[in-house]
Amino acid sequence: MSGRSVRRHVTSGLMTSLVAVLSFTAVFALVLILADLIAKGASSLDWDFFTKNPVPAGQSGGGVANAIVGTGIIVGLAALIGLPAGVGTGLYLAEYGSGRLGWTVRFVADVLNGTPSIVIGIFAWTWLVRPMHGYSALAGSVALAALMIPMIARTTEEMVRLVPHSLREAALALGYPRWRTSLRVVARTALAGIVTGCLVGIARIAGETAPLIFTALGNLNFTTNITQPMQTLPHEIYEYAQGPFEEWHRLAWASALVLMSLVLLLGVTARWAIRQRHGAAR
Amino acid sequence: MTTLPVDPATTPDAVSAPAPTPTPQAEWRTLRGRNVGDRLYRVTLTALALVLPLLLVTLLAELVIGAWPAIQRFGLPFVWTSVWDPVAGVFGAAPMIFGTLASSLLALLIAVPLALGVAIYLTEFSPKWLRQPIAFLVELLAAIPSVVYGLWGIFVLIPFLRSYVVPPLRAALGWTPFFSGVFYGNSLLAGGIILAIMIVPYIAAVSREVLLAVPANQREAAIGMGATRWEAVWTAVVPYGRAGLIGAIILGLGRALGETMAVTMVIGNRHDISLSVLQPAYTMAAAIANEFSEAVGDLHLAAMFEVGLVLFVITVIVNAFARLLIWRVARGTAVGSRAL
Repeated sequence: MSGRSVRRHVTSGLMTSLVAVLSFTAVFALVLILADLIAKGASSLDWDFFTKNPVPAGQSGGGVANAIVGTGIIVGLAALIGLPAGVGTGLYLAEYGSGRLGWTVRFVADVLNGTPSIVIGIFAWTWLVRPMHGYSALAGSVALAALMIPMIARTTEEMVRLVPHSLREAALALGYPRWRTSLRVVARTALAGIVTGCLVGIARIAGETAPLIFTALGNLNFTTNITQPMQTLPHEIYEYAQGPFEEWHRLAWASALVLMSLVLLLGVTARWAIRQRHGAAR
Repeated sequence: MTTLPVDPATTPDAVSAPAPTPTPQAEWRTLRGRNVGDRLYRVTLTALALVLPLLLVTLLAELVIGAWPAIQRFGLPFVWTSVWDPVAGVFGAAPMIFGTLASSLLALLIAVPLALGVAIYLTEFSPKWLRQPIAFLVELLAAIPSVVYGLWGIFVLIPFLRSYVVPPLRAALGWTPFFSGVFYGNSLLAGGIILAIMIVPYIAAVSREVLLAVPANQREAAIGMGATRWEAVWTAVVPYGRAGLIGAIILGLGRALGETMAVTMVIGNRHDISLSVLQPAYTMAAAIANEFSEAVGDLHLAAMFEVGLVLFVITVIVNAFARLLIWRVARGTAVGSRAL
């Protein structure tokens, strides 16, 4: 082998190792963050954490029951608003989306998907907080729903498009009207995929903080009234992390661990569901 | 010059519906008129689909209307003057715009090699059994909520930077304007690193898809001509997908520009322009998060709206550009040389 050839092969080997090292660095970052979450959060997860409300600043003890319930309510309400609109848009795109309106909706969905969530917060503030003269959980839910619709629309469309054409033709040949074909045969076949998309969408908005800062605001007390300010886990982490008290930091880490587990659980369930589905299809 | 060997005629539709079908289009038209359910279904779906365009239009309209007093008062100089004085009613957003761009570019500087490394390793070199696990773990980085990154940044990353990274950096490069001044913790550097970790999964996932779309004969031809494996990747695979890779990077940039919580928590929120990455800075998103609900007076609020408008317009342009580039690769119309 000539010197040049040796050099080329050494370069190849070196670069191969370099990209491997870079990959493991990225994975290492994830492991590091998860390890820190568990190390600093797990010890604070006790009965009180889940069942008690916050105590006055500076005192020790207390929990984040208000934030856990608040996250449930705000995210649930957002899903109630966002899922029908998102899935409906997705079905439209897959069934009737070949025209100009379809193109426009698809483009708008992509634009909104890339819009910073804080800007969506301004949207909800203008329409719900300012006219109602007060921060409310409802405004937070609307902001989260607006974030969710474009995401779910695009995944639903993709999933519905995967359904084989022959199924649709068979249903139509049997005399099914088009709407029943679409709902009972096509959407039903794609159901696992659509549900997966919805779960991923919910997981994404459950961790959002930015659109909640000036909509749902946060609340030290326990409330289930959606016209009032309400605390959520992400917002609570944001407040507590920046506060001066050791006790707050402890609660912030524990809340982060809970939030992360929630998001991962939703995401992993979704992934598992879609893998089952596709495995069966092949 | 590279061209795709894909025949545009072999789209899925053409495959699934073979030759002689008597124009189903005409059939549809007569059927559609007859069934009330079909009409209702179509109208309902269309109404739901109109929600998104309506959302975009009202969003843009309200940003412009909300920002109008500030636009009238300050005009274009809003984006290049740097006085921000709510009490005197003088607003210039240059430091925020600078901070947004600087933190995002710093993030790209760190994230691009990492993400491309991941994508190249996964598509070209890694053993098969490692592919799924690594891709999954890297994607998990995208699932971590922004505020959790912020928390981690405050309590883990910043102390680490303070003890182990900044002292040697300053010793070696302290004489340059980029690493001058005292390091307090919250800084452009911390913001950039956090952003980098956050955008790696996005860039890596799209780049991976782009590289997977490069036909195998590109690699085979290069290897066949005696290239080493790395040379094949670097001279035959990467240039082929160049437009898509650049699209992936710009998509990451779009994410970084609009990212709010994590950055707000670690960047220091100081309304000032400094070249040094060790100094605190401010971003547009962070400013909205901090000041929007506490705006003093109408003009301050209008200025916040205008910051939101500028941020929105920048991200829309960046995202549209990125999608265009990725589209070209995915559609196979013009890869590489023609795009850039």
